Amino acid sequence: MSGIVAVIDYGMGNLHSVASALEHVGADKVVVTHDAELIRSADRVVFPGVGGIRDCMTEIRRLKCDELLLDVLGAQHKPVLAICVGMQALMTHSQENGGVDCLDIVPGEVRFFGKPLLGETGERLKVPHMGWNQVQQVSNHALWNGIEDNSRFYFVHSYYVDALDRNLLAGSVQYGVSADAALARDNLFAVQFHPEKSHTAGLQLLRNFINWNGQC
Amino acid sequence: MGLAKRIIPCLDVENGRVVKGVNFVDIRDAGDPVEIAKRYNEQGADEITFLDITASHEGRDTTVHTVEKIAEEVFIPLTVGGGIRAVEDIRIMLNAGADKVAINTAAIHNPDLVREAAERFGSQCIVVAIDAKRVDDVDNKPRWEIFTHGGRKPTGIDAVAWAVKMAELGAGEILLTSMDRDGTKNGFELGVTRAITDAVGIPVIASGGVGTLDHLADGVLLGGADAVLAASIFHFGEFTVPEAKAYMAAKGIEVRL
Repeated sequence: MSGIVAVIDYGMGNLHSVASALEHVGADKVVVTHDAELIRSADRVVFPGVGGIRDCMTEIRRLKCDELLLDVLGAQHKPVLAICVGMQALMTHSQENGGVDCLDIVPGEVRFFGKPLLGETGERLKVPHMGWNQVQQVSNHALWNGIEDNSRFYFVHSYYVDALDRNLLAGSVQYGVSADAALARDNLFAVQFHPEKSHTAGLQLLRNFINWNGQC
Repeated sequence: MGLAKRIIPCLDVENGRVVKGVNFVDIRDAGDPVEIAKRYNEQGADEITFLDITASHEGRDTTVHTVEKIAEEVFIPLTVGGGIRAVEDIRIMLNAGADKVAINTAAIHNPDLVREAAERFGSQCIVVAIDAKRVDDVDNKPRWEIFTHGGRKPTGIDAVAWAVKMAELGAGEILLTSMDRDGTKNGFELGVTRAITDAVGIPVIASGGVGTLDHLADGVLLGGADAVLAASIFHFGEFTVPEAKAYMAAKGIEVRL
């Protein structure tokens, strides 16, 4: 039983895809909202994000989603899935938009992919990192259940997460650098890719999330 | 290990119906974009591009509704283009469920729209569509110019320089269509594809002219494209997406199988 899944809507972009995908994999009920009471009464929480980090952080703070997240992750101990800019917003600081302080829930930096970015054989890599890349599963986590190691997920980002505590790494992706594709800590799982756009593998990850008890 | 080259089926849609026809043998309604998008999703397409050629204003509401329906049932990225004139049009399509929006003619009339849109929604969802036609210089040096109105109206703008400018303004991707090749099945115009992929640091989708699987492979291997787009070879069941991917993989191209 997934119970109620709350998708935090802080006004940045369309969240219907995330909600549709969660419903598709069998979530009992999905609410897309920034209403603190609704989110606190949900059984699990998705923290998505698209667009520039500065605008995201402004809205997250304005709508007090920062305090809410701390509560949901900490005292309430609900399973939380952060996606893309949602994952980046959890970090200490991002290099995007000239440098922006983030939530510092997970210590680490969000770095630019670099220009020029070079691949293994010296070839130039395009930025944004856009498309289907392989995720190497670094830890044996419940959210990887039924997903083959090195499965491809859909990425679209120009900045990547570099968490300070390497023990949190659950999945990595190679694109000129070794970037953090997934981080796991207690009841938090954070992914740089878009599971809602990653076809079979992505849907499986969402299915795992709605059935996850929040244990690492 | 690395980023896969993408294969993107393209749907041309008018008043909520796919035009140019789709001819899957076992599909109930060959004109329904939602059903066709679902089919390509099942086949393992990496993205879907939806080009709206509806002229009327009322028809645009149908388009929005169709995009919503596709986004509810298809869990791969969806790009919507055609008739995007203002930031508001982009907002409507993104809210309907598009992951990326392609700007074409409007960028030529108002390049600042690209900057504004990228700042507001992020570069990752702003695609600039370029329709290029070969117009060689007097010394026969190849040159490509941007044409509008389905390839009838020259703009005097150099396609390569334009792509560079669009990337600088914040475009996250270029959708390059050769107007000389579109509909010919003679393969991509590899010259302009190579020139633009070399000139910009953002991904480039090659489009226009695919008739064989070799053409798809050439777009990547010779043109340097990050993604290849085709319509009719997939629509008429000549080749399936898995066949195209298997062929490209055999040529040493990294694809998502």
